Amino acid sequence: MRKILGVGMVGLFIVATAWAPVLAQGRGGALRIGMTAADIAYTAGQPDQGFEGFRFVGYQLYDALVRWDLSQGEKLPEIVPALAESWEVDKNDVHRWIFKLRQGVKFHDGSDFNADAVIWNWEKIRNKDAPQYDTKQAGEIAPRITVIKSYRKLDDYTVEFTTTRPSSFVPFQLVYVFYSSPAQWEKVGREWRAFAANPSGTGPFKMTAFVPRERAELVPNTEYWDKNRIPKADKVILLPMPEPTTRLAALRTGQVDWIEVPPPDAIPLLRQGGFTISLRSYPHVWPYSLNLKQAPWDNKLVRQAANFAIDREGICKSLLNDTCQLATGVVYPGHPWFGKPAFTYEYNPKKAKELMKQAGYDGKRLKTSFLISTSGSGQMLPLPMNEFVQESLREIGIDVELVPIEWNTLTSWIRKGFIEEHANTGAMNVSFNFVEPFSAFVRFFHSASVPPKSLNVMHYINPEADQLIEAAEAAFDPKERDATLGKLHAMLVEEAPWIFVVHDLNPRALSPKVKGFVHPQSWFVDLTLPWVEQ
Amino acid sequence: MWGYILRRLLFGIPTLLGVTIIVFSLLHLSPGDPVSAMVPADAPLELVQMIRQQMGLDQPLPVQYWRWLTRVVQGDLGNSLATRRPVLGEIRGALGNTFVLAISAAMVAFTLGVGLGTIAAFFQGRWLDKVASATAISGVSLPHYWVGIVLIIIFSVELNWLPAMGMQETQGQTSLLSLLRHMILPTIALSLIPMGVVARMVRTSILEILNQEFVLTLRAKGLWSRTITRHVMKNAAPPVLTLMGLQFGYLLGGSVLVETVFSWPGSGFLLNLAIFQRDIPMLQGVILILASFFVLLNLLVDILHSLIDPRIRRT
Repeated sequence: MRKILGVGMVGLFIVATAWAPVLAQGRGGALRIGMTAADIAYTAGQPDQGFEGFRFVGYQLYDALVRWDLSQGEKLPEIVPALAESWEVDKNDVHRWIFKLRQGVKFHDGSDFNADAVIWNWEKIRNKDAPQYDTKQAGEIAPRITVIKSYRKLDDYTVEFTTTRPSSFVPFQLVYVFYSSPAQWEKVGREWRAFAANPSGTGPFKMTAFVPRERAELVPNTEYWDKNRIPKADKVILLPMPEPTTRLAALRTGQVDWIEVPPPDAIPLLRQGGFTISLRSYPHVWPYSLNLKQAPWDNKLVRQAANFAIDREGICKSLLNDTCQLATGVVYPGHPWFGKPAFTYEYNPKKAKELMKQAGYDGKRLKTSFLISTSGSGQMLPLPMNEFVQESLREIGIDVELVPIEWNTLTSWIRKGFIEEHANTGAMNVSFNFVEPFSAFVRFFHSASVPPKSLNVMHYINPEADQLIEAAEAAFDPKERDATLGKLHAMLVEEAPWIFVVHDLNPRALSPKVKGFVHPQSWFVDLTLPWVEQ
Repeated sequence: MWGYILRRLLFGIPTLLGVTIIVFSLLHLSPGDPVSAMVPADAPLELVQMIRQQMGLDQPLPVQYWRWLTRVVQGDLGNSLATRRPVLGEIRGALGNTFVLAISAAMVAFTLGVGLGTIAAFFQGRWLDKVASATAISGVSLPHYWVGIVLIIIFSVELNWLPAMGMQETQGQTSLLSLLRHMILPTIALSLIPMGVVARMVRTSILEILNQEFVLTLRAKGLWSRTITRHVMKNAAPPVLTLMGLQFGYLLGGSVLVETVFSWPGSGFLLNLAIFQRDIPMLQGVILILASFFVLLNLLVDILHSLIDPRIRRT
């Protein structure tokens, strides 16, 4: 008997030894990420720093009722259940949405997530009289939840939202709303600054260290409600590195494992050095918003001519080392909302000159000015790119004066539009996301979105566009919605209220040690998937 | 002496007030809006107005300044508009990091500067003078952020001897040795300009003294060259000391570019971030603290002057 036991033990030991490396594979390591931001995003709930804040802090420490499925990169991510297990629109009253919450979910501090927590968090961003109201979080999230009118608890695990108009865009808005722990807020003395230092959400990661402007350390939340999404890396370390050459050097010296936006001219060198360069289409567009209130951009033919004059391939090949794709519309070809535009804006100076002639600018040179930034989030390489466009337009008789201003100043003008000292400016160059229909179309092309309400700085007033936007929003069948947005997009391509230039390809550089990384067609990324080989 | 120090400290108060008024006015005259930097471009107007109101940014400028000043007098520099963290705490951390770098850069710069300047002066017109002067001019002329990048490429990327960025290991371990390794490259980059400036001043001052008649007299009396050198150095010291004080003040301000290139979380990095975020309380706070340092440094230099040069004490 003892002999059998002994043989059995030896056998078990051999099997365990043989399998150990296999079992150990697929997880572990500290993943160090060099971000483009100069500071760690706000950690109390709704992050700041735009989508980089959502990418590295928001979606890691917190959950929304629904989430993007970022586990693949072949197609656009879909919205899937998260803190809500299911949801439906009331068939009798399409203003009413019912969300059934997931049971058994706990915040990092151990307290329960339930309908009370949902309502408490909505009060945090909507009710100015609530003790937990946080102006900062309210300011960050407000433009993303415009359609939500009210919220109400129906029972411990059911909440109701009503909308200002029939809107199929509700899940696209709720995907941005994160839930902070009410119990933790009480525990830290009812103070959001203290909460930010010790955040508690329901997300796949917990924050264990935070040094402003230096680092944040996230460790897996082993009690995470979705067992399939328990992070594989032992630790994720976020390091702010706004300077591209610093990020590049840090990656090359092994101080970080992953950098955002490597300088385009360094990409061949990085590839040569065995680093992975990951590129993927995602909802980003680099356009010029034209001033349609006055000549020459009130003339559709001039706008089309400008779109035909841009050598987009030249920009992507010569300037950006293939880190962008040509933009011939708001969204890129193959996107469900691209539709069937009547024509494509290929580089065709001859056609552009012909259009200028038709517009009455035969032989006459046209002068205009573009407000541009010297740097900024999503702006890629603004100065050389603008100079390239300036050259392209000069060829067809449009002389552009580039007016470079600092990024923050430009964003304050995009809020105001073409008024005051910029009333006669021809265009503003600000890049945008088009993650969901509101961001892609409503805020830019609906007549109700002219500043100061939203970002229709062009003053693009087209009842047909309004009608299509409203129809898309009221379409609860996704196919119908996408088809309507396709029609709208085809119309926008033809109307050209923007000069479409390029879509960024979201370049990232990774050390060969990083495994399991999935690059989705998104601004966001699932950090539960990658791990670092020891 | 104590009366002199007290008088100088009291004179510093209007200087600081003047600095804060100028900075406050410039910040509000420059384009851009702090609230625009805080919320997305399409945030509802009502909310933007509310935030502006809550932060007191809707008040007339003199009211805003007065509120800020009354808080400062009570030791409260307010909270950052961008991060909401207390300005004083943020500055304390950042300035501590810059202080470490400034001290090491000053030690390197002043030692090399005095050494090169002295050699250049005593060997005037000879090849040693030319080499020392060329080194000093290079230090002043080379953009230190460019030098920083070159140092990173050579010593971090190619040779892999030293880290390229940060103050500690990115994995999170901290140690004195690690800090020293991280300090080497930014220290070199940061020390170049003060080294050049000091070397040139030392050379000029020593040459000026060497040409004075008392040196000739000392030589004629047959004094040892070491003794003569001591006399020369002591006489050349005051202007050099003043310059060193100013240079150290600049180093304490933290070089925005060097700290950005090396991701060194110091006051320069903080200042840069605050400028882009239009974080007015942070900018005001950082500049007030730095201006106070300048006032104190100037005082310290003057005290040192009087210790070195008895003529100043008598006046």
